[in-house]
Amino acid sequence: MIVLQAGILLFVGVVGTAVVFTRNPLNQVIGLTFYGLLMALMFFIFQAPDVAFSQIVIGAVVLPLMVLLTLAKLKVKEQSRK
Amino acid sequence: MNHRARTALFLVGGLGLLCFYVWGLHGLPGFGHYPGPYGDLINSLTVFERHATDAVTAVNFDYRGFDTLGEEFILFASVMGANLLLRKQKDDREEDPPLDQAEDRVVPPTSDAVRVTGLALVLPIVVFGLYTISHGQLTPGGGFQGGVILASMPLIIYLCGDYKSFDHVTSHVLSEITEALGAGGYAIAGLISIMFGLNYLTNFIPLGQTGDVLSSGTILLISVLTGLEVAGGLVVLMISFFRQSLVYRKTDEESRGPR
Amino acid sequence: MSQAAGEFLRMLPFLVAAWLFVVGLYGIVTSRHLVHLIMCLVVVQTSTYLLLLGVGYKIGAAAPIFADIPVGTPAVDPVTHALMLTDIVVEATVMALLLALAIQAEERAGSVDPEQLRIMRG
Repeated sequence: MIVLQAGILLFVGVVGTAVVFTRNPLNQVIGLTFYGLLMALMFFIFQAPDVAFSQIVIGAVVLPLMVLLTLAKLKVKEQSRK
Repeated sequence: MNHRARTALFLVGGLGLLCFYVWGLHGLPGFGHYPGPYGDLINSLTVFERHATDAVTAVNFDYRGFDTLGEEFILFASVMGANLLLRKQKDDREEDPPLDQAEDRVVPPTSDAVRVTGLALVLPIVVFGLYTISHGQLTPGGGFQGGVILASMPLIIYLCGDYKSFDHVTSHVLSEITEALGAGGYAIAGLISIMFGLNYLTNFIPLGQTGDVLSSGTILLISVLTGLEVAGGLVVLMISFFRQSLVYRKTDEESRGPR
Repeated sequence: MSQAAGEFLRMLPFLVAAWLFVVGLYGIVTSRHLVHLIMCLVVVQTSTYLLLLGVGYKIGAAAPIFADIPVGTPAVDPVTHALMLTDIVVEATVMALLLALAIQAEERAGSVDPEQLRIMRG
């Protein structure tokens, strides 16, 4: 159990760093969704089912949706400006 | 100050912050050796005092109910702010629609399998959302999670259909009314306690039997109201974002989806 | 040797939380795109969830739901879970507000790069 917890903590640290260092926003959204689901798994391992529930629903549904819609809007504006 | 200088300055400052942060965290009791009395106290008292088996929901809506009222209004204000920022303004430039760069390419319609799956998922999502809201005091769940699950139903309709069906299903006015009812209802539920002569947000409904759905007094009521508020707020947010980003194009015979 | 390993395990969630905090801040400071900045802010927020999680955990304890376990069994702290739960939902809406601000900033200043937003037009 302690090995599982230590392993997932290190994995979360590595994926978080990777999310920050991805410069292109479109690629970063995919990374952020994976990161959200990984955080939900971590919450399950640490005996927090309520919080995991919340994190899955928000981090994999609402947040990527809004970011993708914002990126679409910005691209539309950029194209119409050209 | 150019980019490089700023990065170098941050690296120095960031390293210092990391060192001080870790030094401060060293003073905490170690991971896994939880010392404090409050967690154990609440765990032993929740089932007897509130007849609720989910300690987290009981803490959220009863023991720290006033805190959650504040957080809910943060949610309300943020949705209102985003809605305000994304409205159509008077001096908004009427942009030409983006150039169709591939006019001879037909957008393939969504396949039937996807549409049937979306349709089949609508009812389970709504039922699951209502189950999560109403069983918040018994199993993991509650108003916040169930509200977001309910709000993902129009989203599935958009993903598996097109914007037109999303527009049919949702109504801006109804979502705003739901959200306002949820937020205001929570504040008023506290005022009803005052009418009974108790403190604000104290329990005034008979507690019922542990393990029933209709138990735990005001926790169920507040959970339902919070679920309404979160669901309404997220649908309003989705509608504002969709209206902004999607250019809706109609051809002569039929209207296609957004581009 | 095992003393050092024990010390490391004792501090591991807090170390990861501190690292994520500083890395997220680095992303914010050196960002070139407003939406990239907002997603780095999400990473900073997740570091606070990790800190709260680490504070409330008890080794060998169960989740604080007493629907199927008797009341006396050791369980983790529910107060930190309640704080994390509302925090996650509020995070989503505050991100929505920031994204709306980013759209408006692009419209007013013409660029999405924070370095070129510095000049305020009167």
